Amino acid sequence: MIIELGHYALVLALATALVQAIVPIAGARRGDRALMELASSAALVCALLVAFSFAVLTFAYVTSDFSVRNVWENSHSLKPLIYKISGVWGNHEGSMLLWLLILVFFSALVALFGRNLPETLKATVLAVQAWIAAAFALFILLTSNPFARLIPAPGEGKDLNPVLQDVGLAIHPPLLYLGYVGFSVCFSFAIAALIEGRIDAAWARWVRPWTLAAWTFLTAGIAMGSYWAYYELGWGGWWFWDPVENASFMPWLAGTALLHSALVMEKREALKIWTVLLAIMTFSLSLLGTFLVRSGVLTSVHAFATDPTRGIFILAILVVFIGGAFSLFALRASRLKSGGLFAPISREGALVLNNLILTTATATVLTGTLYPLVLEALTGEKISVGAPFFNMTFGLLMLPLLCAVPFGPLLAWKRGDFTGVAQRLFVAAAVGLVVAAVYYYVMNGGPVLALLGIALGVFLIVGALTDLVLRSGIGKVAGSIAWKRLSGLPRSAFGTALAHAGLGVTLIGIVAVTAFETETVVEMKPGMTVDAGGYTLRFDGMRQGRGPNYTEETGHFTVSRGGVAVTEIWSSKRLYTARRMPTTEAGIRTFGLSQLYVSLGDPMTDGGIVVRVWWKPLILCIWGGALIMMAGGIVSLSDRRLRVGAPTRAKRPARLALGAAE
Amino acid sequence: MTRKQKRLAIIGGGIGFLTAAVLLVMFAFSQAVAYFYVPGDLAKAGLAPGTRIRLGGLVETGSLKRGEGKTVTFNVTDTLGTIPVTYTGILPDLFREGQGVVAEGAFVAGSSVFVADTVLAKHDETYMPKDVADRLKAQGVALGGKENIQ
Repeated sequence: MIIELGHYALVLALATALVQAIVPIAGARRGDRALMELASSAALVCALLVAFSFAVLTFAYVTSDFSVRNVWENSHSLKPLIYKISGVWGNHEGSMLLWLLILVFFSALVALFGRNLPETLKATVLAVQAWIAAAFALFILLTSNPFARLIPAPGEGKDLNPVLQDVGLAIHPPLLYLGYVGFSVCFSFAIAALIEGRIDAAWARWVRPWTLAAWTFLTAGIAMGSYWAYYELGWGGWWFWDPVENASFMPWLAGTALLHSALVMEKREALKIWTVLLAIMTFSLSLLGTFLVRSGVLTSVHAFATDPTRGIFILAILVVFIGGAFSLFALRASRLKSGGLFAPISREGALVLNNLILTTATATVLTGTLYPLVLEALTGEKISVGAPFFNMTFGLLMLPLLCAVPFGPLLAWKRGDFTGVAQRLFVAAAVGLVVAAVYYYVMNGGPVLALLGIALGVFLIVGALTDLVLRSGIGKVAGSIAWKRLSGLPRSAFGTALAHAGLGVTLIGIVAVTAFETETVVEMKPGMTVDAGGYTLRFDGMRQGRGPNYTEETGHFTVSRGGVAVTEIWSSKRLYTARRMPTTEAGIRTFGLSQLYVSLGDPMTDGGIVVRVWWKPLILCIWGGALIMMAGGIVSLSDRRLRVGAPTRAKRPARLALGAAE
Repeated sequence: MTRKQKRLAIIGGGIGFLTAAVLLVMFAFSQAVAYFYVPGDLAKAGLAPGTRIRLGGLVETGSLKRGEGKTVTFNVTDTLGTIPVTYTGILPDLFREGQGVVAEGAFVAGSSVFVADTVLAKHDETYMPKDVADRLKAQGVALGGKENIQ
């Protein structure tokens, strides 16, 4: 009964979304306040209905109600509780419901916190959100109903894919979706601006917190997914340029560009049309990502859906929304007036360079991801586009951007002084080179390119701090004054510094792992040793074990340095009993920022076992840097001008009425 | 600089960068992608030794030699042709005889043995690499290990 209620709530949510999609727009057109105000209540009701529906599905998972087909296919009564809950979104139907839940959650947030928005803008934004919500609710109800019953009910479920039974996966999709779907708000704002034919600096200020929040979540989701792949798959890699990874990376790149161009628009009223276009592109890439992952056109661990009707349905959503948005853009963009002149060497110029490079890089990732699909559809030829392609294109294109990052915040608006900034960054560059030289000495050599990469990473970190030092006047004025100035800086300045420094940290991690990691594959019998990263691992033997829904064989290793035992590592192979599926649980030990990574292979006929041992120098920097970037996003979100909100139109009517009057 | 010159500088710089990116992508497509073959195609493909390819097919039943050192050998077959493969390292968890596999690597000059540096058998019991399934279906091969698909 409760299951049917959840199903019914979802149907009601669709109906509410349809009302929310039409009525407020009509209200905004006719200037009818009552109709416009309906948008907020509809958004809240819709969110409650979808939340109820999601809670019902979760309830079915927790109580192992195998009369629900979705639960039977993806759960098992012996599974630990946390994986029963994460199993809700560990499959196609449930993850689409989560997608919808997050979408209506964001609509509800706009309804609740958008009090100071002009009412027509708010009504239109919520209506556009509802178009998306209605499309996805329809998709779920027609092609991917998670509430379908199975009669008679089986006694036991088929279990969740064991690779997905992991804490990382419990958190990864919700974070990723919060990012993906968060960009829908930016999209709705852009569409609303096009419909209204008016856009101004206040618009950019309203869009910015949503962009920042979505970007922060997406950063977290991607980093989490990367770390999950690293420790769970047992291959020791942290990024595979897999189409599914690219699907989440492209909105991140475009979102990063949007974050920067919205800044120009907010401060200088320039790049308006471009910002609207970027907002549309960012969410389009999120939709494309959903399509790639959910339609099954890619073969990957994430491709749960193999039913072609689903693929065609999502493709239709994609075509309608992206095609519609770009048509609207083509029709109405000319109405948006641009303003704000600037010289090529200026803060604006630097942000334009950022946008140019980020969007070009996004385009190369998009090409590399879609080209194999297009080629196969046209000629039947099959190719694989992997890391070598992306390193050669994306890697090279990003290089000038990384070099330019520290310059941006130091340049003045309108017209900047390049030589002056270069002089101020001299210290940062010098520190970078010194660190690289020290690293060279410690490592007893190393490829020059890798050392330059490390130097660039340090340059980014010190360069980001340089901005704070210069703005507070540390070293030039008395300490107390400098401290006062530093604490008086807007939070967004700290956010920028953190995000840029985090980028540097991630870069150092990537370079160090790529250039200095060691990998050894050896056959080992108990008592044998292998060296990695200055440590010695002794294989002590195998042990049988048993978990709630798996059996495992674990190898035990003692790690020593200079003859002294420092720690031990267990690495195991599990066999999940319900699906007869083996998985590798790599043994990982952290030393500072570096890790030893041990995964087990086949047992040998003579009693030994094949062991693969990696030394991963500074690998934690990769995800640590992402955490710092996230912290930057959060600090920036708490900036006063976003907390307090944008100035209301009444205060500055003359400057804000930019569009042609309707 | 006048307004026009500024705009020209920005647009010119943008176009220059985009052109460089397009050239780079085209160059990378000619250099850094691997084509996919099944054993039956290889005889007529006429590959130069050392060309990186992806080889897909089924692991021939009874051909797998493992447990005698770090290097494993097995045959990849599509019934029209069979290619011996060697691989040093740890095979994926789901690697089995009679199941689909994709090996990436190259033929060594003057040898008919394919040396793989990457072996993929993805993490799903019912998984058959799509490339492999399509080619095998096209050649009318009954797929092993597929009966447990619901």
